[in-house]
Amino acid sequence: MHELAITQAILSVVLEAAEAAGARRVTAVGLTVGALTSYVDDSIRFYFELLSKGTLAEGALLRIRREPGEGRCQTCGGTFLVEPPLLPACPLCGSFDIQIEGGNRCLVECIEVEDGDLHPGGEGYP
Amino acid sequence: MATYIPVVKAILSANDMAAAENRTAFDAAGLLVVNLMSSPGAGKTSLILATLERLSPSLRVGVIEGDIASTIDAERIAARNVPVVQINTGGACHLDAPMVRSALSHLSLPDLDLLFIENVGNLICPAEFDLGAHLRVVIASVPEGHDKPYKYPGMFQKADAVVLNKADLMPYIDFDLSAFRHGLSILRPGIPLFLLSCRTGQGVDEWVGWLTAQLEARRGDHGR
Repeated sequence: MHELAITQAILSVVLEAAEAAGARRVTAVGLTVGALTSYVDDSIRFYFELLSKGTLAEGALLRIRREPGEGRCQTCGGTFLVEPPLLPACPLCGSFDIQIEGGNRCLVECIEVEDGDLHPGGEGYP
Repeated sequence: MATYIPVVKAILSANDMAAAENRTAFDAAGLLVVNLMSSPGAGKTSLILATLERLSPSLRVGVIEGDIASTIDAERIAARNVPVVQINTGGACHLDAPMVRSALSHLSLPDLDLLFIENVGNLICPAEFDLGAHLRVVIASVPEGHDKPYKYPGMFQKADAVVLNKADLMPYIDFDLSAFRHGLSILRPGIPLFLLSCRTGQGVDEWVGWLTAQLEARRGDHGR
């Protein structure tokens, strides 16, 4: 259930952007979801379908990009991608002296829309 | 024709704006605001009660209680003659900044030195929703196990201090304290950790000492 409020926030950003663009319909939404937020993609999709009914974004395809956290090893200097559950040690050298950052953003990156004017360029417009 | 529109907007930017307004109101009134977060039953209300017992009586404390339903926690606080406002989220698993803003109309901020906001028990969403508090404190408890920082990194990544409650149960539970500490240190190097028990009172003084120092530092900033 944790994704409900997040999905409401996603939808409101999407609709605001779509209305600002004078769109007739949103066909796709590009999302970035940090892997360390514990949000589940399927659950976001489920709520999006439910919440977007009757809005410009009904039926829009969600393209979700998981953004992993970044680990940095203080011993070998290596960097590695991190998804929960976190490992306590560097996957490259085994050192426990690691630090983890990032992976906690949630962004609407872009939307794809059908234009508001059905025939902006008249018949045969590209 | 399909058109691609770049947006690149944090989905909680509306909440973040409301949080910034809350913070402005807190700063104008010169109080320190602490957002307490934990899983259900870790001891948020118990920590507030134990803190009230040991804080200097000259400090004026207020509490905002967040729960999905019920006023049980608010009644426990009110029994100590502390101003308390209950927010019932009606199903939402976290507080957000607008909910806190509406609760503020029931409190006289200039008459407070310290405000605790007790979030809804949950280790996921409360981490995402800035409330405008100055400090985020995560309360873990020994029976939950030492793996919480590894499983819920988002919550610990944004914490300013961690309290490990129910430390009196340590002898009875396979809790690996060094693994817990290590989990914190890879996410938040140097973060203060307070081992305490609200039931026995062990370790509470260290936490209260830290909190009091934060208050004094805040006042110093404010007076400048």
